Amino acid sequence: MADPPPAPERPEDSEPALGWCAREVEQEFPELRLLLVQARVGRPGSLTDGSTPAVEDRLRELSNRFRGAWAVGVRREPVPAAYRVFFRQIGLDPEVLRTPIEAAALERMLRGGFISAGLLEDVLLISLVDTSVPVWALDAECVDGPLGIRQSKEGEPLGRSAGAPSLPAGRLVIADASAALAVLFGEPAPGHGAGAGTRRLTLFAVVVAGVPALYVEEALWTCRMALEQQ
Amino acid sequence: MAQSEQLVIERGAPRSLESPERAARASLKGQIGRLERECSAIVADAFPRISPADIPALEADVVGGPCLLTLEELERMRDGLAGRAQDMRRRVDERVAHERSARELLERMRLEPGRYKFVRLPVRELGQGGCGVWEVRPRLGLIGMLAGWWQVKLSSGCPLPRGRAAARP
Repeated sequence: MADPPPAPERPEDSEPALGWCAREVEQEFPELRLLLVQARVGRPGSLTDGSTPAVEDRLRELSNRFRGAWAVGVRREPVPAAYRVFFRQIGLDPEVLRTPIEAAALERMLRGGFISAGLLEDVLLISLVDTSVPVWALDAECVDGPLGIRQSKEGEPLGRSAGAPSLPAGRLVIADASAALAVLFGEPAPGHGAGAGTRRLTLFAVVVAGVPALYVEEALWTCRMALEQQ
Repeated sequence: MAQSEQLVIERGAPRSLESPERAARASLKGQIGRLERECSAIVADAFPRISPADIPALEADVVGGPCLLTLEELERMRDGLAGRAQDMRRRVDERVAHERSARELLERMRLEPGRYKFVRLPVRELGQGGCGVWEVRPRLGLIGMLAGWWQVKLSSGCPLPRGRAAARP
């Protein structure tokens, strides 16, 4: 019997970087963290083109593994439960705005499987289903300085693009040195998310109380490795 | 186990707090966490008796997006969740009582089918999945009706998605 192929080694700079947290946010949620890794797209084509066969196989495998009972029971698993609790504590109702893993579970039930939606979407979905930790991707070229979590100012634009929507005061946002780039647990602002031609990505995940850092590192590393493969 | 509970680091240990308000906020957030976990456990345990879709949104959800809640908003959130947990416990209790009475009815139907002629009892009423229905029917049709031969039968289950004719080769 042949030996199994060796597991891919983590790159030397695989340790995620820690984002900053505004003082008032840190005081309210001492365990809230933003973890970041940089990734370089390995394949020459578009990020939104079809996934590799290996990624599509993995999606199919996950579709077969997770069924209706999981979709309902996922809310009581430790990591999803931690995100649900955090949602409540920041004023979100997870029955209305679902946590990312529950939204994925619902989509799985409604569509009959995890449907491939391009390499980037697929990679983020696989890491979410594997770890229950959501990861978002920003176009690294559009990020100005270190990322962190802070409150928005009244009327502050979400993103730097023309016609960016303005935010009310006090919204929790992911921001770089000069602008808010995404509402916490929301999609990146228009023009800042990773698109078809993006070659360098900033991947980030939000760590809340009750979520082991190991899970978050695994989620980020899974995404990075899949994206950097040729 | 998909995610070992042993791996979850409980980092919510009490820490020194600078002000009474911060202590109150920490306490409220702890209560919100416990209530949310309790509600989740009730939904997960009670499915399909209680569907997650039946749970109404909290009235406390008025902030519209992620933010740092004020003390009053945290209190409203806590109170809303406490009310929801109470409501869900009540629903589960009612459902359990309903299923118990349905099981007792089925038992009586089996013991004395002649007293429950044509009574139908879907298996869902017993807390079971599927589309089966227990029904008291006459044995041998009209002859059984006239002779008083009654029996309890379980229907064959869910209908075929395209009907019987379409299922034939």
